[in-house]
Amino acid sequence: MYGFEALTFNIHGGYLEAIVRGHRSGLLTAADYNNLCQCETLDDIKMHLSATEYGSYLQNEPSPLHTTTIVEKCTLKLVEDYKHMLCQATEPLATFLEYITYGHMIDNVVLIVTGTLHERDVQELLEKCHPLGMFDSIATLAVAQNMRELYRLVLVDTPLAPYFSECITSEDLDDMNIEIMRNTLYKAYLEDFYKFCQKLGGATAEIMSDLLSFEADRRAVNITINSIGTELTRDDRKKLYSSFGLLYPYGHEELAVCEDIDQVRGVMEKYPPYQSIFAKLSYGESQMLDKAFYEEEVKRLCLAFEQQFHYGVFFAYMRLREQEIRNLMWISECVAQNQKSRVHDSVVFIF
Amino acid sequence: IFGPSIMVGASSSWSRALVQISPYTFAAIGIAIAIGVSVLGAAWGIYITGSSLIGASIKAPRITSKNLISVIFCEAVAIYGVIVAIILQTKLESVPASQIHAPESLRAGYAIFASGIIVGFANLVCGLCVGIIGSSCALSDAQNSSLFVKILVIEIFGSALGLFGVIVGIIMSAQATWPSKI
Repeated sequence: MYGFEALTFNIHGGYLEAIVRGHRSGLLTAADYNNLCQCETLDDIKMHLSATEYGSYLQNEPSPLHTTTIVEKCTLKLVEDYKHMLCQATEPLATFLEYITYGHMIDNVVLIVTGTLHERDVQELLEKCHPLGMFDSIATLAVAQNMRELYRLVLVDTPLAPYFSECITSEDLDDMNIEIMRNTLYKAYLEDFYKFCQKLGGATAEIMSDLLSFEADRRAVNITINSIGTELTRDDRKKLYSSFGLLYPYGHEELAVCEDIDQVRGVMEKYPPYQSIFAKLSYGESQMLDKAFYEEEVKRLCLAFEQQFHYGVFFAYMRLREQEIRNLMWISECVAQNQKSRVHDSVVFIF
Repeated sequence: IFGPSIMVGASSSWSRALVQISPYTFAAIGIAIAIGVSVLGAAWGIYITGSSLIGASIKAPRITSKNLISVIFCEAVAIYGVIVAIILQTKLESVPASQIHAPESLRAGYAIFASGIIVGFANLVCGLCVGIIGSSCALSDAQNSSLFVKILVIEIFGSALGLFGVIVGIIMSAQATWPSKI
């Protein structure tokens, strides 16, 4: 029953909710980003970050720093926060927290399979994987030749197993198939997560359904734009769209037949929440679309903190940290390559 | 001979059965509910506040001493229950066996029962209210310390609910007079 969660939520979730809200107060603010954007070298960045929560992770790094080191250490902080929360959590919060990382697992699987296809070393690929998405037998992925083997050897023991039912073909893995596999897996994951949140009910279901719908719609738009001009047929494209969200089902019908960005814009402007995103772009421009989507996502994630006694705050915190790490990576890269004029192109302020 | 059997209807109705229950039973149950349900409300409120307070004070240790006020408001609810239970049990007097089903006796028994229910359930919801607000107060104070006093005002209004219950309960029980020994 919606509205009475306040009576029993704190039994199992009260402590962790308070912890995650404490972590939220440590996110970098606009003032911090302004300071970071003024930095001249990576050492300046390290100095500014030492005053924030990242300080203890970066202080032992020898100079000269690399941008990858900064990103790695900041990701390490996210992973430690997550693991601390996961080990304290009871059901169903523990399952919810695990669901948040399945997206990274999918990305890691695709990274290793693609890397193996292009004959890279497995160890090198493992270092590039996102730490939140690691699982035990991940290195064995390099051995598989086609999807059926991939499933049978490795993935059947992972939480990703149920998402593979639509994907198992005997075709050999190549670039196109791998992208389709990634999107099919992600679609199954989003739908599963959505159903799980609906089952939890209450404020969690409402807030998570809004956040996941936005994610599903954003992926639909990105799939459409990326597949314009490729050999992906309209039916195949339509099969990659998730079956929930604001665009389902009529928006998907229209997006499936789009052939250029202006048609996509025409479809999206019929939906008021997305109209404001597309209004920021002038005609024919799609580079700023990513940033516009990130800004909208950050706005919605911050709103999730307005209510108490639900699990959406955990999802929102993880996503906001990932956005912050993306911001730091962009700023570090701009500083390292001496392109400070472009630093504001891609930084999304959270507060 | 002329007693409650004249007041109620047919000899096998529910009201006849109810009236035959001893008024001592009702009074004792009333006292039990007064203290038991009040303490339930207070405990519920304290754990709701306490779990949020512990988690929030890890990042913001300054909030701990101020936010104990929320816990104290919840505790006050339990104290109201104890006070009323003690007052009610002094009202429980013995009456001679012939008077035990007299209308005056029944009235006194029912008055103590009602007083117990009033106090118990008013304190239950008051404890819940203060607990939930206390939890939000701790979390907001951790982010922005100017919010504490403002949210405390809400808690004070919430704790007045328990007080209303206590006042009405004491008034009800004040006129619970058992028939005097003839």
